[in-house]
Amino acid sequence: MLVLRERVTWVWLGLMGLTCVTTWGLSKDLFSPTVAVIGIFLIAALKVRFVMLDFMELRHAPIPVRVAFEAWPIVVAAMILGFWFATAAVA
Amino acid sequence: MRVATADRVKPRRLPGVDGVWVFIGADSVIFAVLFLSFMQERLHNPAVFEASRHTLNMNLGGLDTLILLTSSWTVALAIQALKRDLVGLVPRYLLGGVLTGLMFVVSKSIEYFEKFAHGITPATDPFYMWYFTLTGIHLTHVLVGTSLLTYLWINSRRGAYSSSRRAVPECVASFWHLVDLLWIVLFPLLYLMKAA
Repeated sequence: MLVLRERVTWVWLGLMGLTCVTTWGLSKDLFSPTVAVIGIFLIAALKVRFVMLDFMELRHAPIPVRVAFEAWPIVVAAMILGFWFATAAVA
Repeated sequence: MRVATADRVKPRRLPGVDGVWVFIGADSVIFAVLFLSFMQERLHNPAVFEASRHTLNMNLGGLDTLILLTSSWTVALAIQALKRDLVGLVPRYLLGGVLTGLMFVVSKSIEYFEKFAHGITPATDPFYMWYFTLTGIHLTHVLVGTSLLTYLWINSRRGAYSSSRRAVPECVASFWHLVDLLWIVLFPLLYLMKAA
C-alpha cells in the first residue's frame, strides 16, 4: 500500500494547506475583517466536507445520510456568519 | 453485461454500524447548538469576546488543528490497510493516531496551564466561560477517542481485525473523524473570528 497513492493522503495534504492559509494568512491584518471571517468559515466548511466525504467515507453512504451530513457544515457556517454580521450591525 | 455493470457499481454503505452514526449525528447537532449559543452570547458582548480572543495562543491552536488532521489521516490509512487485509500495517497507523491524539492532549494541557498561571479561569468573563466549556467538552471527546484507538491498537497487534471483521475499527475511526471535524469549526470560532 503506497501512502502517496491513497486519496486520503492528498485530501490530508490539502486540509493541512488550507489550515495554514486560514491560521497564518487570512487571520492576519492584510485582509479586512469581513473578507477574513467569510474566507475562514467558508474554508472551514470545505474542510469539514472533505473530512466527512473522504475520512468518514460518506462519499459512498446512502444518499439521504450523505445529504444530511453534508448539510451540517453549510448550516453551521451560515449560522455563524449570520450572527457575525448581526453583531457587526449592532456594534 | 448486466453482471459486469453490477460488479462495477459500489454498493452504498455506512462504515461500522448504523448506531454509531445516530450518535455522531446527535453529537453534531449538540455542537451546532453550542456554536449557536456561543454566537448569541457574543452578540451581547462583542468587545469582551474580541479582547479575550486576543489573549489566546493562535499558533498553538493552529498546531492543534494540524495534529488532529494528521491523526485522522493515519486512522483513515489504518482502515484502508484493513480493507485490503494488510493487517501488519494496521497497528502502525493506529499507533500514529494514538500518539497524535496524546500530542493534542499535551498541547491543550499546556494551553490550560498557561491560562491558569495568568489567573484566567471560566469565571473571568463570558468568553472564557465558553472557551473552557467548548474546549473542555471537545477535550473529553479526544480523551475518549484516544482511549478507543489505544484499545484498537492493542487488539490489532494480536491480529483481531481483518477486512471481514472491521465493524469496530470503522466505528472508532468514524468517531475520531468527528472529533477532528468539530475542532475544525471550534478553532476559527474561538481563535480566529475577529470583530468587524
